[in-house]
Amino acid sequence: MIAEAGLAALWLATTFAIAQLMLGAAAARAPDPSAMLPGVRRIALVQALFALAAFLILIWLFVTSDMSVLLVAENSHSLKPMLYKVAGAWGNHEGSMLLWVTVLAVAGAGVALFERRLVAETLSATLAAQAAIAIGFYAFLAFASNPFARLNPAPADGQGLNPLLQDPGLAFHPPTLYLGYVGLSVAFSFAVAALLMRDVGPAFAKAMRPWVLAAWIFLTIGITAGSYWAYYELGWGGWWFWDPVENASLMPWLAATALLHSVNVLATRDGLRAWTLMLAVVAFSMSMVGTFLVRSGILVSVHAFAVDPTRGTFLLVLLGLYIGGALVLFGARVGTVTQGSTFQLVSREAALVLNNLLLSVILGIVLIGTLYPLVAQAMGVQLSIGAPFFEKTAVPIALFLVAGTAAGPLLRWRKDSAQALLSRLTIPVAVAGVTFALFFALSGFASPIAVLVLAFAFGLAAASVAPLWKRKLRRTPLPIYGMVVAHLGVAVSLAGMAADTLFKQERLAAVAIGDNLTVGPFKVTLTEVRPTVGPNWSAMEARLQVQRGSGAPFELVPQQRFFANPPTNTSEAAIATLWDGQVYTVLGAADGAGRWQLRLWWKPFVTLIWAGGGLIALGGILSLSGRVLRARRDARALEEWA
Amino acid sequence: MKKLLIWLPLGLFLLVFALVVNGLIEPSDRIVRSAMIGKPLPAMQLPAIVDGKPGIDTAIWPKGKPRLLNVFASWCIPCVAEAPQLLKLKRAGAQIDAIAVRDTAPAVQAFLARNGDPYARIGDDSAMRAQLSLGSSGVPETFVIDGRGVIVDQHVGDIRAEDVPKLLAALEKAR
Repeated sequence: MIAEAGLAALWLATTFAIAQLMLGAAAARAPDPSAMLPGVRRIALVQALFALAAFLILIWLFVTSDMSVLLVAENSHSLKPMLYKVAGAWGNHEGSMLLWVTVLAVAGAGVALFERRLVAETLSATLAAQAAIAIGFYAFLAFASNPFARLNPAPADGQGLNPLLQDPGLAFHPPTLYLGYVGLSVAFSFAVAALLMRDVGPAFAKAMRPWVLAAWIFLTIGITAGSYWAYYELGWGGWWFWDPVENASLMPWLAATALLHSVNVLATRDGLRAWTLMLAVVAFSMSMVGTFLVRSGILVSVHAFAVDPTRGTFLLVLLGLYIGGALVLFGARVGTVTQGSTFQLVSREAALVLNNLLLSVILGIVLIGTLYPLVAQAMGVQLSIGAPFFEKTAVPIALFLVAGTAAGPLLRWRKDSAQALLSRLTIPVAVAGVTFALFFALSGFASPIAVLVLAFAFGLAAASVAPLWKRKLRRTPLPIYGMVVAHLGVAVSLAGMAADTLFKQERLAAVAIGDNLTVGPFKVTLTEVRPTVGPNWSAMEARLQVQRGSGAPFELVPQQRFFANPPTNTSEAAIATLWDGQVYTVLGAADGAGRWQLRLWWKPFVTLIWAGGGLIALGGILSLSGRVLRARRDARALEEWA
Repeated sequence: MKKLLIWLPLGLFLLVFALVVNGLIEPSDRIVRSAMIGKPLPAMQLPAIVDGKPGIDTAIWPKGKPRLLNVFASWCIPCVAEAPQLLKLKRAGAQIDAIAVRDTAPAVQAFLARNGDPYARIGDDSAMRAQLSLGSSGVPETFVIDGRGVIVDQHVGDIRAEDVPKLLAALEKAR
């Protein structure tokens, strides 16, 4: 009964989405749209409530282990810990697509509830566009991925969840990432509405900006968390693999980062109108392309969950309709969008254009690298593209981008002089130069690129706090702090990446009980290997005593876990986080003669990678709160004045 | 010029779209073919793994007649399944050598006793180096080596009954 209620909620949500599309479209063309707008707002809210209800029902089915539901039987097990029962609801294709449309509907409801700045026509058109996207994905769920399908007869118990996904990080990683991915749909709908209504200007940009910021914050957190999850759960010691699914999350982030900067130009200076619209379309298009790549199984990936051509075809049709449609609209209408204000070659705007172009180039590289296996396949060759391609192509461009990030905030809007910029950049350039010389010598002249990245990171760190010099700190607006913190986060993250490349040390050895190994400044002793059990797994765990110099020893306990349902081995790395880096240990197989394979890393300052990601997100949060508070204050001031 | 730029994104998207459609219509062949086909056998010196049967040394590879090189392991189930077909090939006159991957002498001995022994020589590839140098990604795989010592064909997976004539034809062609 409950599963049927879920399906009914889904169909009701679809019905309301259709109503929202029709009424929204009608309101956008009505002589008095503001009269119809409240109705559209309410419908958007009801649609979101039904979608949310369907999603909560699915979680309930997982929590109660209702094995008569196919999805639960295939992906859950009654003995699974409660957290993973709940997370199991979105740890599979159908459930994650339901989460996807739920976020879509909730984001639409958010616009309906809170957006007060847009004119009624544009807002109605935005809500209609949001509903149009939702309808397609509801149809996808109903016809190709029904999460509520029954299984008759019901099995005694389920098949379990992929053990790699049984991790607290994963319980929250997909929802966060989806909030970002799908949150970008709002920007897409805004852009479509703006094109339809020919309403592009600072007011439109100011309305769109908080939504872009919010989606971007979630994307940043989601990618950072996903990178850390892969780092400790996959036990490979790496933090980014250029896997198609990782790239699928990186591409919308790159587009959203570009959008975030160009929307500022539009809001502040009324420039880059067409470009901002384009980016808004591209950002969500990248989310949809990413969803398609992951969900169709067209690319081979460690994440490849579902390989299903029917679903792939369905998603592809939706992709063609939405992205193709938006681009046709863009081509047809953008010529009528008048050019915004212009600027000089040396100016804040020019720096932001450079930032946008470089981000777009990196986006292009990632897209080409991700899709290249398909190109090769079309030409009859089989290949896969790995990290070396992306590192060789994207890193040099990223360095230019870092230089632009350092310089941009130190430029004035509209017009500035190159000489003034150079003098403002003296200290950052000096910092970068000294860093390069020092670490190039220190690292034995080994990897100049990594040292260069480190030098740029230090230079950017110096430059990113520069906008606060000679300012009254208490009167500086929050968005400025947001920018400073986010740019500093980029520097911190880059420093972590460079440090990991330059200074990490690795040991791989077979050791007997009582033997010790050294890795970096640490002495690691294998004291014991013993069996242990968890709620739905058994494991061999090694006790390692780790000691730096004559400091206090501490213990690390890496495990080899065996899951019975489904039968899988995973290695649980044990990681010690110290102030200056991490000790990362993995237990491997036994050699049958009393020795165990151990893999040890000392990774100085590797934590900075994710700390930087956190700072970038924090910068976004500061900026968003600044914008929202400011909008409130303005509204209040307007009321008092009126 | 500006007109062109405006429609460029749509053009690029259509290109990607066509590519993806192509990828969907023709799901990729997930079998990994060796890049060594058409190239001479890579040099390898593999010690013998069972008594009384030589290992594999490409320096003294018997030239003149085409041979099969079977990559197998005693722990591999499809290898058991293909054993009768290998015996059939041997009876049809094929010369078969083998590389035992990550294996031990007693295990191979027992495997041959149970499933028959079609091999002229068996090399011990405990570290999988020879297998990798052949471009083989798993067991069992069978390579057709022509009379000059060049790899001319590769069969991925176990040899089924219907594959026997194909392999014999490949041997005939490699003559």
